[in-house]
Amino acid sequence: MPAKSTLDVRDDVSQLEAGLDALDTPIVTTDRSPFARVIRAVWPPIVALLILLVVWQIAYMLQLKPPDVMPGPADVWTSLSNSFTDGTAPTAIANSLKRAAVGFVVSMVIGTVLGLLLAKYDFFRRSFGPLITGLQILPSVAWVPAAIIWFGLGNAAMLFVVIMGATPSIANGIKSGVDQIPQLYPKVGRMMGATGLAQIRYVVLPAALPGYLAGLRQGWAFAWRSLMAAELITYSATLGLGLGQLLETNRTLSDMPGVLATIIAILFVGILVELCLFAPLEKRVLRQRGLLGDKL
Amino acid sequence: MSSSLAVAVTDRKSVAVADVASSTRDASVQLTRVTKRFDGNPEIPAVLQDVTAQFSEGEFVCLLGASGCGKSTLLSLIAGLDTPTSGSIETPGGRTALMFQESALFPWLTAGRNIELALRLSKVPKAEWDAEIERLLKLVRLDGHRDKRVHELSGGMRQRVALARALAQRARILLMDEPFAALDAITRDVLHEELHRIWREEQLTIVFVTHNVREAVRLGERVLLMSSRPGMFVRQWEVDVSGERRIESPEVATLAAEITEDLRREIRRHAR
Repeated sequence: MPAKSTLDVRDDVSQLEAGLDALDTPIVTTDRSPFARVIRAVWPPIVALLILLVVWQIAYMLQLKPPDVMPGPADVWTSLSNSFTDGTAPTAIANSLKRAAVGFVVSMVIGTVLGLLLAKYDFFRRSFGPLITGLQILPSVAWVPAAIIWFGLGNAAMLFVVIMGATPSIANGIKSGVDQIPQLYPKVGRMMGATGLAQIRYVVLPAALPGYLAGLRQGWAFAWRSLMAAELITYSATLGLGLGQLLETNRTLSDMPGVLATIIAILFVGILVELCLFAPLEKRVLRQRGLLGDKL
Repeated sequence: MSSSLAVAVTDRKSVAVADVASSTRDASVQLTRVTKRFDGNPEIPAVLQDVTAQFSEGEFVCLLGASGCGKSTLLSLIAGLDTPTSGSIETPGGRTALMFQESALFPWLTAGRNIELALRLSKVPKAEWDAEIERLLKLVRLDGHRDKRVHELSGGMRQRVALARALAQRARILLMDEPFAALDAITRDVLHEELHRIWREEQLTIVFVTHNVREAVRLGERVLLMSSRPGMFVRQWEVDVSGERRIESPEVATLAAEITEDLRREIRRHAR
């Protein structure tokens, strides 16, 4: 039997390799169409919503409580659509969103710096770490009285409360994001010549992104909650009307459908920001890294 | 015409090892009395003790040894990720790149972008990136996989991208820390072939750490045996690489058996 020429052997290897590559490559399932995906994601919450509405309507019709204390879905709907047509709701939503967004962005800057310090410097972590986690637990509404005394009844006070509410979550988010980076990545980064800022930009930040996004998401939730609490208490005629103030106005007028309509508006703004901003962002990042599995 | 593996053996304690043909080849890595301790306590044996060695330009060296012999530490030192307690390390052969058992590719980047990042950090002019990425992917036979994410690649493919990335760092000295240990046997065989091809084509110096004796004999021009606690070179074998060498060849098996016997003796020394 003649010995194989080197060329044959090389051919063998490249074919074997191509075969292995084809067999070993993980099979990536093709996504459903975007439309089908949206339908699949949307219909279960709609079912839940319908069930709640039916239960509510039944309770209303049974007259368990007087109608002025417990209005039916139809009354609340009317109130909600009225407040949209007369412009109060859009104004309040815009004002609140603006305050929350400004507070969130400031929190993001402060929280990111704090988080990186926590992740990088052991002494800082051991000294200030527990304090920052403590602040995360502290209901930020507790800052409202102090904020009013310091900053007066105004936007500054509300901004302060929002920042105190959102910053700790964001700081802890990026800290745990950095903590979870596999040790090899910074090593490889240094090997490639990434030191100092280049290391942070090209290795640390992208590697910590999933944890960071989770922190931002939680930070947004805290910002929105803190703002509502602050707006509810910080009430003044000179201040732009926010959703919290609208809620308080409706309470003083004993306008129960108005109160419920405002609560629903607050809930939906929160959900909308989550659905339109954070959920897609997080999903995209996780999907890119193959961390999402077959979930939607 | 069985090509027997000619073997030159040095057999002394703590030998200063050098390529037999070193007179004709320039040094790529020069270790001079390198000692590494991780704590100041002189009672505890050093991780590496007085290691002196020379690896030549374009040489393929395999380091063998039991756990704790400081193989990985030695690679980190050569890579410049760590500094020796005493002694000196020079790499006149050029830049080094370190590869691990895991590919350590960045999962937030595609295969192509991983290579691109190495080019960017190595200050390669932007205009050359595209062609260079294509060339490197072709070299590791992964052209057409440029836009794949890391999780879409198999283990063997990931290591090939990691190899391409190492070359993108303009590395002339490749330090490999058990890079194929987590792969199945057939994939490993193929990667042995490919690594040899790329080593020849790119004329790299390769320092390859493994605990697999056959792998060391299959790949290396020179196999160095290290002792543990303190880590030092105790023996070396020159392997004739002119002929066709497969992991299942009888010559490989014979030499591997001999080296394994030495390795076992080395490990038994630590029994109490």
